[in-house]
Amino acid sequence: MPANRFNGFTAYGVGIGLRAPHYDHILSRKPVCDWFEIISENYMIDGGRPLHILDQILEQYRVVQHGVSMYFGSAEKPNREHLRSLKTLVRRTKTPWVSDHLCWGSVDGRYTHDLLPMPYTFEAARLTAQKIREVRDYLEVPVVVENVSSYAEFHVSEMTEWEFLNEVVERADCGILLDVNNIYVSSQNHNFDPFTYVNSVPAERVAQMHIAGHSRYRKYILDTHDHPVIDPVWKLYDRAIQRIGHTATLLEWDDHIPSFDEVHKEALKSNKFLASASLAAAV
Amino acid sequence: MKLLALQRRMARAVMAPLTRSERMRRFTPNGRPMSQVAGQIIKPNDRLTSFERLEIYNRQYWFRVLDGFSEDFPGLRAILGDRRFDALAKSYLTECPSRSFTMRNLGSRLESWLRKHPEHAPGRHQLALDMVRLEWAEIEAFDGAAETPLKPEAFVGADPAKLRLRLQPYIHVLDLRYPVDDLLLAIKHDTGTDVASNAFNERQKRKKISAAARLKPADVCLAVHRIDFFVYFRRLEREEFAILRALQKGRTLDRAMELGFRSSAIPVDERASHVAAWFQNWAALGWFVSEKGSSK
Repeated sequence: MPANRFNGFTAYGVGIGLRAPHYDHILSRKPVCDWFEIISENYMIDGGRPLHILDQILEQYRVVQHGVSMYFGSAEKPNREHLRSLKTLVRRTKTPWVSDHLCWGSVDGRYTHDLLPMPYTFEAARLTAQKIREVRDYLEVPVVVENVSSYAEFHVSEMTEWEFLNEVVERADCGILLDVNNIYVSSQNHNFDPFTYVNSVPAERVAQMHIAGHSRYRKYILDTHDHPVIDPVWKLYDRAIQRIGHTATLLEWDDHIPSFDEVHKEALKSNKFLASASLAAAV
Repeated sequence: MKLLALQRRMARAVMAPLTRSERMRRFTPNGRPMSQVAGQIIKPNDRLTSFERLEIYNRQYWFRVLDGFSEDFPGLRAILGDRRFDALAKSYLTECPSRSFTMRNLGSRLESWLRKHPEHAPGRHQLALDMVRLEWAEIEAFDGAAETPLKPEAFVGADPAKLRLRLQPYIHVLDLRYPVDDLLLAIKHDTGTDVASNAFNERQKRKKISAAARLKPADVCLAVHRIDFFVYFRRLEREEFAILRALQKGRTLDRAMELGFRSSAIPVDERASHVAAWFQNWAALGWFVSEKGSSK
């Protein structure tokens, strides 16, 4: 599903997250990179160097916005100031789609700045889908939701995580940013088969994929984005690409960030899987 | 349990302060066992209890907000030392949790909070307050809005009794009791070192703290501004500060001059030359914008 209505009918290849330590390299060396993903909140400001850098990047590269604090799953209404600021940025970047997480993180106006897991209930699915629709209608660009890594499950849950994801995206009629690393992390933390998850996702709704590294502790795995992608995650990615087809893919690396070339090289490993998916589709 | 009720309950637990050893507290503020709270909402698994699973989020919350807060206030840390700074950060963030979608605004209420809590900076309250004001102004100047600067000819010949000049939104003018600008620059210079030795870094840290402790009061007027997207501190004369502050408050140029020189020691016959030099500098720095400035 290379291009669909959830990613603005684009056919992006392999990108990496735009991070401050790489600014100078990108602007001075102008490396070939298919696209960059920005953290929207880092540029939802009134002026200054971050926006100046972003404008220079926009002159030369394709940029997609990825948010971390819309909190579609929070029971409260969307924050109007946040929405206004996000729309201003959407107009600036001309992002073909906007992504954020299928999670919650604020309540009564107080922000945890974390991606907290949802209770997988029908009530939560209904409220979350409603909020996604509201945000999409306001922003006037496709909105896609990303599955998160989690470390806790709720007693009140009425379905599995992938059933919840399907319920939300069907109700909201939105796309999915499928993060295979997050599926792997959660599968290890909650003892489920990650392939069951990948095989259950509605392929036609996947607009983008994420890959990343993580940290393994004695009793759980933490989604730290500070390592290369491990083999089991590549296998999961391979399976997802077989099902979904050639999809815009992005490597996240947010801590202990190595050189641009190292991060980009890691991201480009996904080309091997994307090429075989393209070949299979052609045959 | 309804979604809102569950989220309130979990957020209370996640945002509750950690113990000294950075673990989740065993009891809620009203004495309820946290294991009971966690057990009611979160399933255990074969490796972790409900308490332990909730604790992952509780610890991550605090590590994240404390990291962000520390990055924003290195000067305050140098003044207070690590132990007091950590205690202040935890108290502040407990009483003033983030109300913004961005962590950039974590410190937005710190000045007003610290005014009410001198016990967090014993013997150095004014110094700490000055540093907080400077560090917050720096954050605001870094990514504040910029408007098209006014060309000098736009106000030459204008009637000073009617002319209102606005300053760039990113500019902050401060009157401080301590020269915290020098201290902050020294601290930032030190932290720019690429020497990896822990012993060296510890010595540097102790030097910074003792330098902060020795800092003597001295009235300083300062403009926190930016040039080519980098933030700078510019010392101002007292009259200069008063004029800029008055202009920021929307006073006419005439009135701003009057306020600026109200208790000035500058002889009357020398004032015109001072004003001319100041205006030349301000205009060269692009500090003035028109009343209806166009956003950029």
